[in-house]
Order: sequence, then C-alpha cells, then structure tokens
Amino acid sequence: MSREMSGAEMVIQALVDQGVTDVFGYPGGAVLPIYDAFFQQEKVQHVLVRHEQGAVHAAEGYARSTGKPGVVLVTSGPGATNAVTGLTDALMDSVPIVCITGQVATHLIGNDAFQECDTVGITRPCTKHNYLVKDIADLGRILHEAFYVATTGRPGPVVVDIPKDVQFALGDYDGTPQVRHKTYQPKLKGDQRAIREAVEHLANAKKPLFYTGGGVINSGPAASRLLRDLVKMTGYPITSTLMGLGAYPASGENWLGMLGMHGTYEANWAMHDCDVMVCIGARFDDRITGRLDAFSPGSTKIHIDVDPSSINKNVHVDIPIIGDCAHVLEDMIRVWKARSAEPDKKALDAWWGQITEWRGRDCLKYDQDSDVIMPQYAIQRLYELTKDRDTYITTEVGQHQMWAAQFYGFEEPNRWMTSGGLGTMGYGLPAAVGVQRAHPDALVIDIAGEASVLMTMQEMSTAVQYGLPIKIFILNNEYMGMVRQWQQLLHGNRLSESYMESLPDFVKLAEAYGGVGIRTEKPSDLDDAIKEMISVDKPVLFDCRVNKLANCFPMIPSGQGHNQMLLGDEPEQQEVSDEGKVLV
Amino acid sequence: MLGILTSDKAMKKAEPTESHTISVLVDNEPGVLARVIGLFSGRGYNIDSLTVTETEHEKHLSRITIVTAGTPMVIEQIKAQLERLVPVHTVMDLTISGPSIERELALIKVSGKGEKRVEALRLADAFRARVIDATTESFVFEVTGRTTKVDQFISLMQELGLVEVARTGIAAISRGTGGIARKG
Repeated sequence: MSREMSGAEMVIQALVDQGVTDVFGYPGGAVLPIYDAFFQQEKVQHVLVRHEQGAVHAAEGYARSTGKPGVVLVTSGPGATNAVTGLTDALMDSVPIVCITGQVATHLIGNDAFQECDTVGITRPCTKHNYLVKDIADLGRILHEAFYVATTGRPGPVVVDIPKDVQFALGDYDGTPQVRHKTYQPKLKGDQRAIREAVEHLANAKKPLFYTGGGVINSGPAASRLLRDLVKMTGYPITSTLMGLGAYPASGENWLGMLGMHGTYEANWAMHDCDVMVCIGARFDDRITGRLDAFSPGSTKIHIDVDPSSINKNVHVDIPIIGDCAHVLEDMIRVWKARSAEPDKKALDAWWGQITEWRGRDCLKYDQDSDVIMPQYAIQRLYELTKDRDTYITTEVGQHQMWAAQFYGFEEPNRWMTSGGLGTMGYGLPAAVGVQRAHPDALVIDIAGEASVLMTMQEMSTAVQYGLPIKIFILNNEYMGMVRQWQQLLHGNRLSESYMESLPDFVKLAEAYGGVGIRTEKPSDLDDAIKEMISVDKPVLFDCRVNKLANCFPMIPSGQGHNQMLLGDEPEQQEVSDEGKVLV
Repeated sequence: MLGILTSDKAMKKAEPTESHTISVLVDNEPGVLARVIGLFSGRGYNIDSLTVTETEHEKHLSRITIVTAGTPMVIEQIKAQLERLVPVHTVMDLTISGPSIERELALIKVSGKGEKRVEALRLADAFRARVIDATTESFVFEVTGRTTKVDQFISLMQELGLVEVARTGIAAISRGTGGIARKG
C-alpha cells in the first residue's frame, strides 16, 4: 500500500521496514529534516557519536557482531568526508553498511555551496555502490536497493546521498523491502562440476590444507558450522586469515593458527608444503602470500569466493568455484559423503607427523620475567580470565592486533572485529561501541595500542553517554610498536617519529570522560587488575604498561616466502632486499 | 590515447601483454562512465581507446567500447571488476568471443595549395575518405575504417599540410547473428 510522506519520513520508514533498530550518526545542516523525523518517532534509536569516522566504525562493529547491516547517518560536506575512512575500511573488509548522507539542495549542487562536497564522486571508489537521489519518486526504491546491495553477494558499504530539498519533498512510499535488481544478481550456488572436481582432489590429497577467511564469517553462522563439519569429516588441517578467526574454533585439534606475515610457523610451513589447498572465502592478500612466486609452489589450488573478481587476482588457481561459502560447503560435504575414493591414510599420517614437528618449534614462545609485563602475556591472561564469558574482541591496528590474533583464542564467528584490509588505527574503540550497542550484556573489549586508540579516543564520550561499558585494554609501550619494529628490522633501527614524547595519563583521561581508569605495571598485579576491569559496569581505559621493545614474531619480512620466516629466538636477522623494502 | 597508464601489473609479469576490445552494456544513469573510468585509473589498468554513447534510448542503455592491454590474468581481472559494477548489464570480450569488426571515424583537417592539395585529394580518394568541408586552401576529410587504416591516412597527410585530427575511438561489434546478451 502506497502512502504519501516527506523524504525524511520515508528514510525513517524504510529503516523500520528493513528492521533497523540502531543508527550511528551526527547531525548537521543538510540532514536536519531527517533528524527532525527521528525526534518524532521511537522505533529507530540513534547513537550520537563524536566524529563521523567513529559512526562508521561503530556501525561496522555492530554489523560484524550481528550479521545485520550497520546504518550511518551523517551530514553533507565534512560529515561525508569524515566518513570516508570508515567506508573504505568497510569496503576492504566486506562489511555491510548503509550510509545516508545529507546533501545541499539540488539547485545548489555544483555551486560550491556551504558544506557542499561531491559525495558520490568522493565515495565512488570506496563504496560498493552509491546513489545521489535527485527525485523524491526514486527515494523509497533506492533506500531498499541500498540495503539489498550492501548485504548480498560480497557485502560492502553503500552511500545514499539525499539533498535537503528531497528530504522535505512529498512523495509516495510503497513499503516493499523486497528488491530484485535488473543488473545486480550475485551468484550463490557454485558450479557442480567444479565442486565434484574439487572434492576429488581433496580426497586424493596427500598434504591437504584448508585456508579460510572472512568470507566464511560473512556468509553467516551456517557456513562456520558446515566448515567445522567438513574439517571433522576429512580430518585435514586448517588455517585462517586474520579476518576468518573464529569460523573454526581455536581449540579445535585441526587448527594450525593464523597464517601470513605474523602467522604461526606450522600454518605458514603447511601452506608452503601442501599439495592441495582449499581457499574458502579468502582473497590471497599480500599479507597472506608473502612473495608471490614462492607462495605454496607445489599445490593444486581450489578457491571458493562469492566475488568473481577475487579469483585469479593475485594467485592463479586451478579450480575456481564462484558462490557463497555456505552453499558451496554444503555441496562439498554432500559430494564428499558420496565419494568412492578413500583418502590416503598413510600419506595423511605422515603429513600430520610433519605438522606436529612444526608445532614443536613453539613459534609463539616468549620469556616473561617478574618485572615487566610482556604484551603476549597480557593477552594470554586477558584470554584466560574472559574466555568463559560472553566476550567480543575488537582491536586497533599494529603489534597489539597481531598479538591478539595470535594469543586470544576465538571459538565462535562474529566475536572478532578488526580492521584487516585497510589497517585503520582508531577502529577498535568505536567498533566496540557498536558491538556493545548490539550486545548490551556482553563483555566487549578493545585490545588497543596507545597510539591507535588516541585517534578516536573521543568516542569514550559516546560510550559514557549511552552507558556502554566497553573495556579498552591498552598495551602501552609508548611507541607505535609495529612502525618501530619495522624501523628496527628494515631501517637500521633509526626510530624516526615512532615514539610519542607526551602521552596522556590514561587513568585521568578515563575519569575526565566519566569512565574508570586502571593502570598496571607489574606482572603480579595483572590478573587482579583484569578482574577489576571486568567487574566495572562503566567504560574502562586499562593502561597496561608493557615491555617497550618487544617484537611481534614470527614475521615474514616483506619480499620473502613462507619458508623464510623470522622467529623471535633467532638473534641474527637476514637482510631484506631492496625490492622487499618497497613492499609495505 | 586517453592518458595511457602503464601499470605495474602489465610491466612486472613475464607474460606478454595482449590488446583486447571489450564491450560493456550499462544502464545509462548519472556517473556510470565515471565508475568505469575510475575503475581503470584506480586499479592501474590501461585504456587505449574508449567510446561511449546511448544505444537504446527507451531501455536507457549505453554501450561502452574499451580497448585495453594487459597480461591474460589482468584482462580477466578487468572483466571481473567491470562485471562487479552495479549498473553493468554485460561485459563481452570481443577479442576472444568470436570474429568481430572494429571501426573508427576520424575528421582530418589539411591545409595547402597547389600540388600538395591535389595529392591530398588523390590519397583521400584512395582511402575512401570524403571531403566534408572545403575552402580554397583547406579540406576536412572524413575517414572511416580500422585503426591501422586511419593511422596510415593521417601519417600520409602529415607532409601534405595536416592541421588537426579528431577521432572517435573504436566502435566494435561481433560478426554474425548473435548480439550482446543482457540481464533483466
């Protein structure tokens, strides 16, 4: 049934029809009509952030911890440009976001009006799709189309730019959220012949490996369940990218740990030596592959991805399967059960023997003395003291992020929110705000570095305003640790601008925001302090003073292969080639 | 021709680069050309020629013809990336999908007197170029054909008083009965 209403009311109504309950935003001149419509209803709640970048990251945290799209509302000009980092982050990590931006009135567009910017032009390369709505007659359809595009296929951010006069204009709204797009029709079912071929390779493998990524998480909980079934049925080892942690439980016996630049010794060696690799919802990112011509040189590569442009982008694969992870995994399991060939048990035993040997290298080993807290130890203790709770972890970007990935065990999908593709410092705090908003009773912890967290520290104020008791666990080493590590290993230990001379007193800072501050410097005090943090029902800044010069290992230096990992206990470091230094 | 980008992807691989002509059928909506061009510049792909105009007014369809160069892996990537754009109906690689024909139109202004003027006219006749404007001291020729033919005609005009050239870029279509497939 079609009803007449204003554009602003239509925005709210479309959100209601899409089942949206929370929007993260910041008002301004060009979105005042929508904010006015917000004020006059109670179905959709608004969370007022302190900076538009925070709004998008909060929406990302909300989306990734629930599987639902995150919704953002910002004004024109600086509102939109401030959102660009968040949008790019969501694009790189395939997070479904609908971002509504206000725009100056249609007759002013192109006139350099106050707070005007070319929002669709600026956001074109950092969104999955974007729209400028110039006619109220298109608004209802475009809003629902935006949700459809953002959430289907490979998810991503979509911007809907709405000029102020369109927000005031009256138009008909027919309230049908179902969309079938004439050109955009993502493929979900994989090609059956390719699936049969893939399973045949899998059954005949002597040194198989599953390599999974964020696509499994994005596909929904069914994909993680099916993945676990397939791993159990085959008994094959499994590793994952940073984005895919939690799809297979870290406590699972087939788990090798994360792979890639800071992946485990066993995962990277298994990737290097395997003969059949099944990549499920991952994209052969340079952080995973290292030097391309040395990447898993002897393997038959099977690649399952919903996005055809991920296939053969960096690495040539032998069997591409375009489809949604859950659909393809379901088919693979069916074919696996019906197969005739039995796996080569002897070869698989030898493969597991080799893996056990690699595991024996104990690549994440570190020395904890009684004086200074090692960052790895801090995360291990945090894990031990929070693992039996309903816990969600976000991170900033840097060493702490890699240590979190290495030392915090994720048992379930949607519990781990980190900026993988774009590597956005400042992601974790606002993301935690979004996660806590979606899960009010859960324990939400941002594992942070002191440099990253200062980039979006103002969102502490948001957390306090909405009573969101997020826990910011800062591994404070006073350095931009990963920058310092690279300078030490690649630039002759010339620590150019990676030390902050003056940092705030995080305890006082927390109190200034109306939260709680905790500081710990001794390993012996750590457990009690973490317990105290958990017990506080307010936002907490936890200033955990850690060893200032600890490095994150293993590390594959840029330009090297998986078989050339650096380990923490090897004193002599190899030279990095000039070609390698160019790579970031 | 259009700010040709020589990409790292094309340079580094040992594989040789190939030239491909790609037809893209798109919804004729605002910004669609910017999406296509932005994709090429943003990802470092080459554009050697680009032609675009609305081809079916009632259905709101435009056809973009792009000549690009890259290794086979890059060409596949270009097509996959194009197909990913929301307003794109179909991407067709005319270079590999069967026999196809390509044409380009050029307007060429030549000025001169005497024997050079006569020679220009004689060559124009040989190339089946038409005179579409003339003064006592100049001609504007219209020539249509494959890019190599247009190139050759222009290079001959170089010494006969070439003033300026306007070219359309390549329009291409497959031979035979079949047409470009479309969704919806």
